[in-house]
Amino acid sequence: MQIYLPIAEVSVNAFLLLGLGGLVGVLSGMFGVGGGFLMTPLLFFIGIPPVVAVATEANQIVASSFSGALAHFRRRTVDFKMGLVLMLGGLLGAALGVLLFNYLKSLGQVDLLVRLCYVIFLGIIGGLMFIESLNALLKSRQPGGVKKRRERNLVHSLPLKVRFRTSGLYISAIPPFVVGIFVGILSAIMGVGGGFIMVPAMIYILGMPTKVVVGTSLFQIIFVTAFTTLLHATTNYTVDMVLAVLLLVGGVIGAQVGTQLGTRLKAEQLRILLAFMVLAVCGKLALDLLLQPAELYSLGAAQGH
Amino acid sequence: MARLLFALFIFSSVTLAQAEEVVLGMSQNKVAITATFDGSNILVFGAIKRDSPIPKTPLHVIVSIAGPSKPVVVRRKEQRLGIWVNKDAVEVDAAPSFYAIATTGPFQKVLSETEDLRHKVSINRAIRSVGAPMDVSNAQSFSDALIRIRREQGLYQSLEGTVALDQQTLFLTTIKMPANLTEGEYRTRIFLTREGKVLNQFETSIDVRKVGLERFLFKLSRENPLTYGLLSIAIAILAGWLASAFFQVIRSR
Repeated sequence: MQIYLPIAEVSVNAFLLLGLGGLVGVLSGMFGVGGGFLMTPLLFFIGIPPVVAVATEANQIVASSFSGALAHFRRRTVDFKMGLVLMLGGLLGAALGVLLFNYLKSLGQVDLLVRLCYVIFLGIIGGLMFIESLNALLKSRQPGGVKKRRERNLVHSLPLKVRFRTSGLYISAIPPFVVGIFVGILSAIMGVGGGFIMVPAMIYILGMPTKVVVGTSLFQIIFVTAFTTLLHATTNYTVDMVLAVLLLVGGVIGAQVGTQLGTRLKAEQLRILLAFMVLAVCGKLALDLLLQPAELYSLGAAQGH
Repeated sequence: MARLLFALFIFSSVTLAQAEEVVLGMSQNKVAITATFDGSNILVFGAIKRDSPIPKTPLHVIVSIAGPSKPVVVRRKEQRLGIWVNKDAVEVDAAPSFYAIATTGPFQKVLSETEDLRHKVSINRAIRSVGAPMDVSNAQSFSDALIRIRREQGLYQSLEGTVALDQQTLFLTTIKMPANLTEGEYRTRIFLTREGKVLNQFETSIDVRKVGLERFLFKLSRENPLTYGLLSIAIAILAGWLASAFFQVIRSR
């Protein structure tokens, strides 16, 4: 069944969108990743204009992160104070990101920016995930203790110290604020929640306990992606509600299925598969940039004079 | 002298116009872009009314449908540091978002250069490009690229020889409009020509509009973007909450 997307102004198969939403939802439920970093490039591949894909994906992540965060609210695994600091940084970052996005859009370079960001980050994440899961596979054969990483570093020597009770931390508010800005910029440019950057940053840089990391990250992602959606909707008019609804229906159902599957299947082997998928998407995007395109010319709407 | 010729020309075209005239019918003068819109076939048909016997020279019919014209930026990629990036850009001042031209025969035979220039019938003439920046080489290739890209998307179509003309009186053609249409008045013109000269011209328009939900969302997103943005966030929050509540009920069973 073809469906016409009013903002993207293209006609796409509705079941394809539901299926994509479902597939990425299953993966995100299974591995606890947001899925934005897979969904946005997949939307490019099926012919959604990158500017619409990025803005709409931000909208979809509002739904999936809210749904996920609710579970963490109930379990009280959200550090609201830390979330607030990260969120303030995130809002500032999102505003900066949209400014950069719109500036490059006026130069006709925004597609390049988005694609380059994806190649770089998917390459890094895919690579790290691959190495990590390979190590985990090897380790699962010979059980050993997990390394604890908690060093005294910059986080403890900067001013503006705040006590984060839920996390049991007494650290400067500057590092989480900066992390927030960085993730906010990525969220605006790439249409992702940024959990894949946020979670490792919280564990390794801020030294937060693992049990509050995901909930706190989801909590701040709700606000940052909502803000990003609003900024894109008011400056670029690129949020496609029909597309977002189709993706999030598939996505929320998929996520629940994925969570159930994840508890039954062996995660290590599947994680390697996910790493391969991420690397494959990265490779496809990289090839598009490196190989001579069949059509050297592209069309864009002219800016008003 | 030139003025006299021009007056004669106007006079002759008026008299000719009275000799043969288009009577037009169309399958539809509205195209509604609904949620399940997947392109549309427009049937253009009509008859030629005349009060004198049919002349010896062959009659030709041209049907053209043009979407709203907008300026377009055409960009060309170049390799920089190993990757292909947009470099030179040329702005085409006005290019119709859709352009289809159907004729009874080969275009050169149906319409002369001068008449094409006057009425702007061919795709090349329908595009208006004032000039490229001085530092851009081979500016013509940019408007060629525009035509090529839109042709591939089915937005520009030259359908030579697809108008069926019966007894020099009845004509009929079908033009397929793709799903990726933009809204607006689609100017529809029918020309009658003999020996490359336009005898009579008829003009009407097809109204292409998003309707229903599509129209509502599109209008809201442009006229009230803040409300639209807040609405999309509200829907997302609601969907997230519903999903969470729904699956909690299922699991608690």
